[in-house]
Amino acid sequence: MLISNFSSLKLVATLALFAAFGTAFAHGQEVVNVYSARHYDTDDSIYEEFTSKTGIKVNLISGGSDALIERLQREGKRSPADIFVTVDAGRLFQAEEKGIFQPIESSFLKQQIPANLRHPDGLWFGLTKRARIILRSKDRTKEGDIQNYEDLADPKWKGKVLIRSSTNVYNQSLVGSIIEAKGKSGAEAWCKGVVANMARPPQGGDRDQIKGVAAGEGDIAVANSYYYARMLSGTDEEREAASKVEVVFPNQENRGTHVNLSGIGVVKSAPNKANAIKFIEFLASDWAQGLFAKGNNEYPIAPSAETIPVLRGFGEFTEDKVNAAKFGKNNTEAIRMMDRAGWR
Amino acid sequence: MAKPAQSLRSACTLVLCVLIASLVAVPLLQILSSLGQPSGGTWQHLRETVLPRYLWNTMFLAIGVGFSTMVMGVGAAWLVTRCRFIGSWVFEWALLLPLAIPSYLLAYAATDVFQFSGPVQTSLRELFDWSRNDYWFPNARSLPGAIVILSVNLYPYVYLTTRAAFLEQSSCVREMSRTLGLGPWKSFFRVSLPMARPSIFIGVSLVVMETLSEFGAVDYCAVDTLATGIYRTWTSRGSLVAASQLSLCLLGAVGFLIAFESLSRRSLRFYSGDASPKGSKRIQLSFPKGLVAALFCGSPILAGFLLPVTLFAYKTWNHGDERAMEMLSELGKNSLILATVAASLTVLLGLYLSHARRVRPSLPIRMASRVSGLGYAIPGGVIAMGVLGAILHFENGLNRVFESLLSWSPGFFFSGSIAALIVAYQTRFLSVSLGVIQAGLTRIHPDLDSVSRTLGKSGFAILSKVHLPILKRTLLCAFMLVFVDVLKELPATLILRPFNFDTLAVRVYQLASDERLDEASTAAIAIIATGIIPVILLSRLMSRGQLIETPFRQTQGRRNHD
Repeated sequence: MLISNFSSLKLVATLALFAAFGTAFAHGQEVVNVYSARHYDTDDSIYEEFTSKTGIKVNLISGGSDALIERLQREGKRSPADIFVTVDAGRLFQAEEKGIFQPIESSFLKQQIPANLRHPDGLWFGLTKRARIILRSKDRTKEGDIQNYEDLADPKWKGKVLIRSSTNVYNQSLVGSIIEAKGKSGAEAWCKGVVANMARPPQGGDRDQIKGVAAGEGDIAVANSYYYARMLSGTDEEREAASKVEVVFPNQENRGTHVNLSGIGVVKSAPNKANAIKFIEFLASDWAQGLFAKGNNEYPIAPSAETIPVLRGFGEFTEDKVNAAKFGKNNTEAIRMMDRAGWR
Repeated sequence: MAKPAQSLRSACTLVLCVLIASLVAVPLLQILSSLGQPSGGTWQHLRETVLPRYLWNTMFLAIGVGFSTMVMGVGAAWLVTRCRFIGSWVFEWALLLPLAIPSYLLAYAATDVFQFSGPVQTSLRELFDWSRNDYWFPNARSLPGAIVILSVNLYPYVYLTTRAAFLEQSSCVREMSRTLGLGPWKSFFRVSLPMARPSIFIGVSLVVMETLSEFGAVDYCAVDTLATGIYRTWTSRGSLVAASQLSLCLLGAVGFLIAFESLSRRSLRFYSGDASPKGSKRIQLSFPKGLVAALFCGSPILAGFLLPVTLFAYKTWNHGDERAMEMLSELGKNSLILATVAASLTVLLGLYLSHARRVRPSLPIRMASRVSGLGYAIPGGVIAMGVLGAILHFENGLNRVFESLLSWSPGFFFSGSIAALIVAYQTRFLSVSLGVIQAGLTRIHPDLDSVSRTLGKSGFAILSKVHLPILKRTLLCAFMLVFVDVLKELPATLILRPFNFDTLAVRVYQLASDERLDEASTAAIAIIATGIIPVILLSRLMSRGQLIETPFRQTQGRRNHD
């Protein structure tokens, strides 16, 4: 009993020492410490390429965006983090509001990344983008039946609309963009209209909505572009489901399709700031952008980088050019609006 | 001479107990400190819109899961311990298997198979040429669906604790009750069941706490409870303050539950006499009755284990995660080490605390053990934030001291280390080991302690020579529960782990959160495989009764002959 007590104490002490020395050893090598809410396997291979090109080691913790923001905030000025990567403009806005980022001045980044996809002061930069598209049933709808996000609230679609929960951040940003376009009362009316048209209480992920249309549970679904692109190259069942729906880029005659992004910024207290800037510039290079986009079927941020064939197949589309910071700011209002509308 | 030494010893015990309790109390205080803070109108908004629904769903879910796991767990435990029927020797250990499946994975498997666009409903539609409005099918994504899913996932907690109690129950008591004219059923309801009450309660309360704090599975089932509301309030409304305040509602509910049970059994005692399993005779069930018993024990195993494992194996075989195969050995090793170290420490601390409470039941020590049992009811994400906050608070303070004295500071050395992760697991899972061990201790007659004291044994000697041998089974049970829990744990692991350190559960999360569920099945199978080994091993040991060693029988024998 005493022995096992002692040995477990020793174990804990050894572990603590190891951890302490682990960070001490790291001082010998050039590093960049990354907290990331993006966790795709291609990201890892891009980081490896960065290390082999620059000799800078990438230390990574991936996790939920909100938990990472909370950790950064509590660590304060002693945080080991240099870089914070997250998905969705609302999250970028939250991190910005909590003072996590520092402004970065880089002419390369300005040249690579369009102005509406980076923070005006260089607090964060877009990495990849995804469009929130509508998928309509090939059998039960025809081209032109649905053209705008606004149509989702049209009573003619009663019992036909499939869309996931309002807990999902992509829906929050979509509503945020509608607040920007239609004002608060217009957006609230839209939310109520969508809820009235739902084929079932919101459930499942984006792919489940697409599968729902294919199986006949509803006629139109809302999903991010990469989920659909991925289904096209997925399992037999997924490919079959994907073949039964058609892509609609909404609002092409007016403000454009809502586009969300994943973004990156340098942490205020970054102990390795120079490495952090190199890291972001590397990720914004055409080579990394191409790979980023390919790995997760996303659109590259850099206009000069290549879009993958499957996305090119969907055709060109006009984006809603409103700065991501704006609809990010509407996040809290968007959620309350959806709560009031009964959008679970 | 003896007095100062003794008071020193009891002071040490007190300090240690308070230290252990502070592992849970400090993070809880971090959460409690949110009480007075303004939440920016979030509360009013919640009250006006979603809170009533959260509360109703949470209540129905907790009652539903609590009740059905009790029926399933106690029924199965009694059947396999007292009866012989078709396959009963397989059910003895197989009933524990669902424990190895993380509940979010089970929910995912169930919703995937049974949803409208899933294989079952699709084949039904094709077979009978139905369309959407032509038929009714139970919806897995609903409150009843969530109750069923969580029940078949969590009943092993009740089964395990209750079975340990049944096995340790004296066969004399039972035979006595039969001699007095009670049939097997009456003997069960009037003798065995009441005697096992503390163990049943601890099993059910672990289930209820787990249900209250469950996020992943409930979210998959599209049911809004307080736990999903807490998560949503935090992530979407960006208000950790309001989320912490909501968590306190859960804590209040658990506090009420514990107080209710301890009040209602205040004057009852549950000691068992001779626990020799050899002496007990099992009832041979007739074929039809045996068939019913086999169905009763078999169906939760089918739904809670065989279904998800088959599905994940199928998905892994067809569209597995190639990268996970490469990383499996490293991820598996990390998971295994974490689970082993954390579970050993949890059992050690739980044992120390419950022993201290037994030999020196002073108010502060009783309070310390109560507080230590609360960590399980708060959603893992919130408790992880509490632990992180506490650790960083401490480290920031230390750094400030260093800076003011030496104008140099060591930076963070504890947060982001494996040790911090182990501490977080104590906060969350101490209640599991503590509860199980305390329930085990209630079955040991205090006479044993008195006799040992008369023979001049100290508290430590009583623990090592008397309690430990009797408790071996209980300790292994606690170890196993925490081990499997750590293996499945996600939020604390995600936010507190060191750089470049992943576990199997983290891998599942990374893929599943991106809706790559086919690929996630590979790491899921690995978690299940890792969890199954100790589960099977321990349940075999338990059923063979190898864990009861001679010192206890000798003590018993002496007492009986006196």
